[in-house]
Amino acid sequence: MEMRSHLGRIRGLGSNNDGVGQWKLQRLTGVALVPLTIWFIYSAITLAGADLAQFKTWVGAHGNPVLLILLIYTMFQHAQLGIQEVVEDYIHTESTKLALIILVKFTAVIFGGYSIFAVLRLTFGG
Amino acid sequence: MAPRTRPLSPHIKIYKPQITSILSITHRLTGVALAFGALLLANWVISATYGAETFAQAQGLLGSWFGRLVLFGMTLALFFHLGNGIRHLTWDMGKGFALPQLRASGIFVLAFTVVMTVVTWIAAYAVAGGS
Repeated sequence: MEMRSHLGRIRGLGSNNDGVGQWKLQRLTGVALVPLTIWFIYSAITLAGADLAQFKTWVGAHGNPVLLILLIYTMFQHAQLGIQEVVEDYIHTESTKLALIILVKFTAVIFGGYSIFAVLRLTFGG
Repeated sequence: MAPRTRPLSPHIKIYKPQITSILSITHRLTGVALAFGALLLANWVISATYGAETFAQAQGLLGSWFGRLVLFGMTLALFFHLGNGIRHLTWDMGKGFALPQLRASGIFVLAFTVVMTVVTWIAAYAVAGGS
């Protein structure tokens, strides 16, 4: 049932009909991040003061590259959704809001993509 | 677009701070801080592809007093956000909304944050040999 008035809709007030997917994805990535971050904290402790050789050995060992890539992917997705929510709540100028959301998405994709590429490179050499 | 003249809900300042509201805004603040932590993690991994010297610089920066301070803050933020995130997930399942439960789970999250942060740093110093 349509609960909004025609006037409200034409003025762009209220829901943009796109929130449920984001809400679910924020929870799903949150659930995934529970074991991934616990694994990462444990790993980070063992890497305190490590040199490059030790770091490369850790990155390439067993399932570590897979877990690290999953962590980076999930973490940036979760962070991007979270920051977008904060921006949407506190920034009320439409143009600034849109610009910030795009900036946050680009930053997440660039840093996420680059660090995933770095994990692959460290794993497969070169 | 027409200017927004719709009524707003009462401003936050009229409410007395309570454990529920304080932990709620702390969840946001730690989330924002951890987003910067994600960039830090990415830079750390990326630095390793620039060779031993660049990675040693990154490790040195993280191991400096300032780096350790930032990482300590990140550890606190992470364990809080992790614990309170699980608290949020239980709410999403429709559980734990009674006021005494909200208070108890909030205090539990705070205790979890402190204990886990201390344990993590004791372990890290044990591994690094107190250096």
